[in-house]
Amino acid sequence: MAKFTEDDLKKELETKEYEYGFYTDIESDTFPVGLNEDVVRAISKKKEEPEWMTEWRLESFRYWKEMIEPEWANVHYNKPDFQNISYYSAPNKKPKYDSLDEVDPELLDTFNKLGISLDEQKKLAGVAVDIVMDSVSVTTTFKDTLAKKGIIFCSISEAIKEHPELVKKYIGSVVPQKDNFYAALNSAVFSDGSFCYIPKGVRCPMELSTYFRINQAGTGQFERTLVIADEDSYVSYLEGCTAPMRDENQLHAAVVELVALDGAEIKYSTVQNWFPGGKDGKGGVFNFVTKRGLCEKNAKISWTQVETGSAVTWKYPSCILKGDNSIGEFYSIAVTNNYQQADTGTKMIHLGKNTKSTIISKGISAGKSQNSYRGLVQINSRAANARNFSQCDSLLMGNECGAHTFPYIEAKNKTAQVEHEATTSKIGEDQIFYCNQRGIDTEKAIALIVNGFSKEVLNKLPMEFAVEAQKLLEISLEGSVG
Amino acid sequence: MLQIKNLHAGVEGKDILKGIDLDVNAGEVHAIMGPNGSGKSTLASVIAGKEEFELHQGEIVFEGAEISELDPEERAHKGLFLSFQYPIEIPGVSVTNFIKTAINETRKAKGLDDMPASDMLKKIKEKADMLEIDRKFLSRSLNEGFSGGEKKRNEIFQLAMMEPKLAILDETDSGLDIDALKVVANGVNKLKSKDNAVIVITHYQRLLDYIVPDHVHVLMGGKIVKSGGKELAHKLEAQGYDWIKEELV
Repeated sequence: MAKFTEDDLKKELETKEYEYGFYTDIESDTFPVGLNEDVVRAISKKKEEPEWMTEWRLESFRYWKEMIEPEWANVHYNKPDFQNISYYSAPNKKPKYDSLDEVDPELLDTFNKLGISLDEQKKLAGVAVDIVMDSVSVTTTFKDTLAKKGIIFCSISEAIKEHPELVKKYIGSVVPQKDNFYAALNSAVFSDGSFCYIPKGVRCPMELSTYFRINQAGTGQFERTLVIADEDSYVSYLEGCTAPMRDENQLHAAVVELVALDGAEIKYSTVQNWFPGGKDGKGGVFNFVTKRGLCEKNAKISWTQVETGSAVTWKYPSCILKGDNSIGEFYSIAVTNNYQQADTGTKMIHLGKNTKSTIISKGISAGKSQNSYRGLVQINSRAANARNFSQCDSLLMGNECGAHTFPYIEAKNKTAQVEHEATTSKIGEDQIFYCNQRGIDTEKAIALIVNGFSKEVLNKLPMEFAVEAQKLLEISLEGSVG
Repeated sequence: MLQIKNLHAGVEGKDILKGIDLDVNAGEVHAIMGPNGSGKSTLASVIAGKEEFELHQGEIVFEGAEISELDPEERAHKGLFLSFQYPIEIPGVSVTNFIKTAINETRKAKGLDDMPASDMLKKIKEKADMLEIDRKFLSRSLNEGFSGGEKKRNEIFQLAMMEPKLAILDETDSGLDIDALKVVANGVNKLKSKDNAVIVITHYQRLLDYIVPDHVHVLMGGKIVKSGGKELAHKLEAQGYDWIKEELV
């Protein structure tokens, strides 16, 4: 019922007004601004966490205090004042309303603009869902199906309480607390996020997506995700949503950790469309994310991302190819328009023998934006016969944007094979005229050219997501050619 | 169908076309010939509405309406088609996807729904067969890595799919070997009817052996300096353009 179909999507995307995001003003349980050990303790307490988690957070906070914000990325912005941010803001857990009539009309209006079904609206708004409705709801069906296979899929807060042994073992195992400034901050104050465990030999029967959309409502600016695929299991995980997120929180610092044990495969797809700031470059979200996956023997991790939002993006989904014969993949489309800045790419760390990695990065820059690819391919001395193929293509629109490529290659084993290809092209007037002459207007022509350019990556997305992503590219670049 | 009156056009204030008059009626084939740099391709681009060219004077009337203020896509929607001398590459966009988009965008402009997929496929198959185009070719990226001949054949394929009222073939024969030339010309001939018209721009008489023109015009220095029947093309082939220059002096 609440299934998000392609038709819903079409409707959603037809509503062009939300191009600039939306804004809702809803009361919530919010901490005063500032960050110190007491605030960290209070967050942990608020979330009813066990002692070890509180300590882990505090430890992270102490690391963070000693760290400084990285400045090496090719982005320029005013640094956030970390003492002027509220680190906890949660919508009330209990159903706030008995029916939709009681819900703030402003919020409902937003949902309608997005074409969100009534059922889903109720969930998002926190309306009590009656029993009949619930029995057929996607969430419940979803959970049942997953539970039968022994798959755990819940919020990270719930996992800390219900599955402490798993969380304790793996949290921070791929992205250590002191990995970097933002990861340390996230480890100290993470609000919520998702947890997923796929047992040995289990193939997750569905893309973990629709559920996520619902689940995602109410997760804050410091999201924490942990996905564990036990031996020989498989999961495809979809994160984000094409609906733009206008957010009061300027700073987003998420951490995603993936663990693929022997023979396991994780496909992790992201569509990110946070508020990119106005056409004048004012406002917009800072997205400083740490995403990393660990591959044990014969394991495989694929990152696929479509990044169209945020004013500043700093993001390098990476793979540590620890086990022999493990495989890492990174497929990315990053679009920047107006004054957006993106510094994104990946790290492929080859530790095991016969490890393979593939990097396909497509950067599209328009307006006055700056789009950088930054990637590291590191072949460790023990990684015999490691192979990497990297391809970085940039597409420019207009004369005021920039595309940059920073590939780093460190090969310490003579048997390594590393290939790097890069191209830069510009959407030409001739291409546009050719399309125009065939009856295709300029806007549509750009969409066509951009989609063609991005095809190799779009093809990696799960079907339903690919359609959304394709539309999103069009919307993001609307009006970028005069 | 097309009336061009005293057309002056060019770039940066300079005229390349210096007063063109041309009348094309439905059912006719016109050939425009002329030496290099005489303005043949400029004329094609100006009719199609390429932005870099400015219209300084005169008018272009297509199907009874002045079109010189219209965007190129609007002219296309009215049934104007230009087969490019140098077709453009669009990586990652298949021939099929491109033509599908072109047809549906044109339908949309006319207030029609998308062509049903089955009709589209049928039409693609029919036209591809007519032009002896391999099915595999249709899933390749548009013009990317195409040989000169493949590019031209693809232009005519698009022409066949779009079924325009007026087709302008800009140097379609260049890059084609004789067999391909026959296939392409044969395709154009099959598409010809009493309701549509063709303007063939060419250097050589060769193509005109297969697409037989009703009228031949010689373009020199941005003007049509001589018009005649198909025998004019033969004379040009045999004697070149010098005799016309001498006539003009």
